[in-house]
Amino acid sequence: MKLHTFKIGGVHPAENKIAAGKPIENLPLPEEVVLPVSQHIGAPATPVVKKGDKVKRGDRVADAGGFVSAPIHTPISGTVVKIDTARTPQGMPVQAIYIKSDEADRAADAEAMTNREKPARTEEEIAALDGKAIIDIIKNAGIVGLGGATFPAHVKLSPPPGSKAEIVIINAAECEPCLSCDDMLMRENPREIVKGVELLMRAAGVNRSVIAIENNKPEAIAALSEAASSVAGIEVMPMKVKYPQGGEKQLIEAVIGKEVPSGGLPIATGAIVQNVATAYAVYRAVVLDEPLMDRVLTLHDGETGRNLRVALGTILATLVPGKEPEKIILGGPMMGRTASTLQTPMIKGTSGILLDSRYAHRRPMENCIRCGKCTEACPMGLEPFLISTLSRLQDWDEAEQQKIANCIECGSCSYICPASRPILDFIRIGKGKVMAAMRARAAAAKA
Amino acid sequence: MNIIVTSIIVLGLIGIIGAAVLYVVAKRFHVQEDPRIDQVEALLPGANCGGCGRSGCRDFASACVCADTLDGLTCPASGSAVMKQIGEIVGLAAAETKPKIAVIKCNGTCDLRPRLARFEGAPTCAVLSSLGTGESPCPNGCLGCGDCVSACPYGAMKMNLETGLPEVIEDKCVGCGACVKACPRSIIELRYKGPRGMRVYVACSNKEKGAAAMKTCKAACIGCSKCAKECTHEAITIANNLSYIDYEKCKLCRKCVDVCPTHAIHAVNFPVKKAPAKEKVEETA
Repeated sequence: MKLHTFKIGGVHPAENKIAAGKPIENLPLPEEVVLPVSQHIGAPATPVVKKGDKVKRGDRVADAGGFVSAPIHTPISGTVVKIDTARTPQGMPVQAIYIKSDEADRAADAEAMTNREKPARTEEEIAALDGKAIIDIIKNAGIVGLGGATFPAHVKLSPPPGSKAEIVIINAAECEPCLSCDDMLMRENPREIVKGVELLMRAAGVNRSVIAIENNKPEAIAALSEAASSVAGIEVMPMKVKYPQGGEKQLIEAVIGKEVPSGGLPIATGAIVQNVATAYAVYRAVVLDEPLMDRVLTLHDGETGRNLRVALGTILATLVPGKEPEKIILGGPMMGRTASTLQTPMIKGTSGILLDSRYAHRRPMENCIRCGKCTEACPMGLEPFLISTLSRLQDWDEAEQQKIANCIECGSCSYICPASRPILDFIRIGKGKVMAAMRARAAAAKA
Repeated sequence: MNIIVTSIIVLGLIGIIGAAVLYVVAKRFHVQEDPRIDQVEALLPGANCGGCGRSGCRDFASACVCADTLDGLTCPASGSAVMKQIGEIVGLAAAETKPKIAVIKCNGTCDLRPRLARFEGAPTCAVLSSLGTGESPCPNGCLGCGDCVSACPYGAMKMNLETGLPEVIEDKCVGCGACVKACPRSIIELRYKGPRGMRVYVACSNKEKGAAAMKTCKAACIGCSKCAKECTHEAITIANNLSYIDYEKCKLCRKCVDVCPTHAIHAVNFPVKKAPAKEKVEETA
């Protein structure tokens, strides 16, 4: 059978998924959490609690700060200690809500945790919900894209006027090396995920859905195929293993063979892409009436890997006892970002913690020999060496002509470069500048 | 033999025809340019630094010649004397300007700021600033990769490897502002050079609250506003937990320097201070 994949570019880094097959461990709730108000793409949330307030597990502590934004809920009961700045993993200050629990709170939470799988809505109630109602539940539960990009889920489900969704694609590719949190979630909760996909289909008003899983996860494919066999319209599609298969544009092309137009939204192809962990969160929000308060992540330290279900706001250092490791990467090794400290709360987008010393150092940089490997690897059909140089020389106009704004920052170019040039580093700078200039022009044209 | 003679004749003819065409074109399409543009350009430094806001020295020269008034046209690199000469050439009055110099508003040397991480990527401040706070925990301080040094067209910046901070070479800096534009953290400011180079400024850009700033860097301005209370000329304002000395109002009395608990206020080029000589300095300023 020919496996689906995207047409141009792509790389195949060593998979290194040593956490695959390790059951998800439910970590006990922490005694204190730090909840940054900016855990998603878009406007930061606005805190609705103040110092000294008592909160219960699942309470909303911050409201969405705009349409493209998401509310935040506390995973523990307790008292709001302060609303102050916390540091992002990269060290930048950001507003955050600090919550601490006491004995009574912890007892109440322990009680709530034992009942957490009990449905809050009956089958009939769920069947009676229309698309709008489901989107509202998703919105109020603070669900964002859990693949790492953290784009608020309800925004994607409400396509702009003039566009119509035809298919929901569930991104279960998990093409990043080392990570296996989605894999384990699919093996352990296939029924719940399929239910979540059904709800997403109803929310988007479509009757077809594809769950795209890379072929290196046969157990997950088997589990989901079985769970989905009884539901009409849901297809499980094994994919060829290739990075960046989980990129939204690449996945759409791989599954339905349509290309997202340059500068356009994915909905232009009629596809809505949601991560598999997002589908699971939708199940929890709709069926169990539970907002997004925890997520599964992979902890990988080179020799061992674990999959953990961790409450949002847990300080990462508590997950990794012992001394500070040589290098910390949050997310996968390809697109994850280096963190300078573990004294930082985990947020909705934290899909992995990599402490592998293999990734600790870059190879020394050499001169570009124009071999063209980056051009072959680029899944967007760009010329990374060229736009990187244009960006370094600050030739923003030419960089825009060369479609720097189309870069998805997957890092395939930097990965494949035999001269170890930091190609993506410079492209990111240029992309930021060019996008800002394009936005300014669009705003000026409107005014 | 014959073939050599033929080639000489043919090539010679082509040369003559080409020269004739070029001559005609040059005469026919000659662009009449004001000779004063060349005169003005000759006075300018020719570094094309962009400090005047134009795309280069020639552009500035033609702007001067075409302008109705020289207000808003200054070459920071040449200073008032040259602007006066330019004014004489174009027949306009040039405004007096005080010379400016770049100051680095960060004093977070290696021993004052803890080092959290080690950066191995492309060694430029632009890349580093896009990734987070950089190697130290300060979200506003110098990143130490020297984008300002490579941006300076006058060679007036150098990196001090011991402190990890850039330094301005006073007699080379003309105040063109190329470094100000290059710094992604906006920690470089153009300020009046001051009489005999004497100037007072806050050498910190950290906007965190006092306690957090203290943790970040031992030399940080903590926004305590002691300096603002001490200042008798209303030159100091506190905004974003950061003190700012207005160089237009500052009388260089240096009272603020002594009260700063973190020594974040720097006074440079003052004669070695003796306690009773304080008033004297004020007079000269």
